[in-house]
Amino acid sequence: MSTNETRDPTLFGEQAPILPSESVSGGSLIAVIAIMSFLATLTVGFVRIANISAEDWRGELSNEMTIQVKPAEGRDLDSDANKALAAAQKSPGVADARIYTKEETEKLLEPWLGAGADLKSLPVPRLIRLHMSDRSEKNIAALRYALSQSVPGAVLNDHYSFSSRLTAISHTVWFSGMTILALVLSATVLSVSFATRGAVAGTRATVEVLHFVGARNSYIAHLFQRHFLKLGLKGAVIGGAIAALLFALSRFISRLFNLFAGGGDAAFLLSSVSLDARGYFEIAATALFVALIAAIGSRLTVYSTLRSID
Amino acid sequence: MIRFENVGLRYGQGTEVLKDISFRVMPNSFQFLTGPSGAGKTSLLRLLFLSLRPTRGLITFFDRDATRLKPNEVAALRRRIGIVFQDFRLLDHLTTYENVALPFRVAGREEASYRAEVVELLRWVGLGERLNALPPVLSGGEKQRAAIARALIVRPELLLADEPTGNVDPPLAKRLLRLFVELKKSGTAVLFATHDVVLMDQYDAPRLVLNEGRLYYDQ
Repeated sequence: MSTNETRDPTLFGEQAPILPSESVSGGSLIAVIAIMSFLATLTVGFVRIANISAEDWRGELSNEMTIQVKPAEGRDLDSDANKALAAAQKSPGVADARIYTKEETEKLLEPWLGAGADLKSLPVPRLIRLHMSDRSEKNIAALRYALSQSVPGAVLNDHYSFSSRLTAISHTVWFSGMTILALVLSATVLSVSFATRGAVAGTRATVEVLHFVGARNSYIAHLFQRHFLKLGLKGAVIGGAIAALLFALSRFISRLFNLFAGGGDAAFLLSSVSLDARGYFEIAATALFVALIAAIGSRLTVYSTLRSID
Repeated sequence: MIRFENVGLRYGQGTEVLKDISFRVMPNSFQFLTGPSGAGKTSLLRLLFLSLRPTRGLITFFDRDATRLKPNEVAALRRRIGIVFQDFRLLDHLTTYENVALPFRVAGREEASYRAEVVELLRWVGLGERLNALPPVLSGGEKQRAAIARALIVRPELLLADEPTGNVDPPLAKRLLRLFVELKKSGTAVLFATHDVVLMDQYDAPRLVLNEGRLYYDQ
């Protein structure tokens, strides 16, 4: 039993902490670290999602190419499309080739021209979708040559420029995410540093006594580091868990929308913020890193403060 | 054990508060350090506690130049020296037992290895019934005995006491003085800072008298 006057350490099984816990700011620092951890893990999660999406799109594009056969005066568009298809099917590296039907082409143009538009009066090109088994430079060059020989107006689109733009965007998203992460971690270190200085100042009498009984600076720094690691872990777990929960909920809600008619758009929007297992692992690792940064920041601050006391 | 040779101390650009201080603390000795307020006693004690470095002169602790000690060496040296303060400097959130055990704890020893030793010492200084009391409820005398026990628990070679009887009544001051004399007899060198002339008259020991920053011997 404990009172304000006595405390039996044998009843607790362990001695009281050397640093008085009430003198070291706790609650507000946990809240700050939780917010920082939330921002850091949210950033990491979104970067992961951007990478997943870019990889998916690149994967879809990597084996796909399109031949565009434009209408020209004095030429039969359907015949040109069939010639281009035949040339493509004979080319090395092409696994499958198919002409888009007129209905499919209309559907592709629907977002721009509206439903039910009469395309007969418009010079709409015919598209041939190619699925490549080997998209080497040599095969692409051979395909281009075959097309130029059979249908002079046909254009081969290998989606290279779109793919490279996608790569550039993906890199920009990663770099921006890492910059935000670095800023959030720096802010965490600064917050912990201020809190540690306050804590050392608040426990100066204790620190002096520890010095007089022969404690090394490393021992005192370790006491503070352990304390701030605990606070950091609490805050980091709270922030990381909230971020992980948000990502998990988005996936759950997107599944829910899919059950209802007309919920497809919302489901698509939410499914685009769904994380994979690696994403959740990265969130956990980031939260742990935030806690470690808090502990290390505290240790370094204690050392510099102790040097000034010495 | 401790040697001061022509030690001078000034704070910043001010005048010297300690001038040409030279003295020695020999093993198994007992000396009083006394002087009026403002004579520089606190500054001299801070030099002895290794909290300050002199602006000139030589100070050696156990044949080590105090001005060349690294922080970890200072910590190691302090484990050979016990310090007792007038204001006790007990940690209010720790029990009497935990306060006295603190030097062992910071040295990284397991509690089981020192528990009996701490309890025995607390009984010896008359605090056997107050092991689990927190300092705010201890009397002045109990606090001072706890502080002395904390200084003694590591069996220091040297005990520095800064006005250890300053906050206790005269009968208890006499008892505490007897405790320090016992320590000297058991082999610990004692430097006892006090301005209590009546108390000093209780025990025949050399007196180091500080006056206006200078040290005089009164055998």
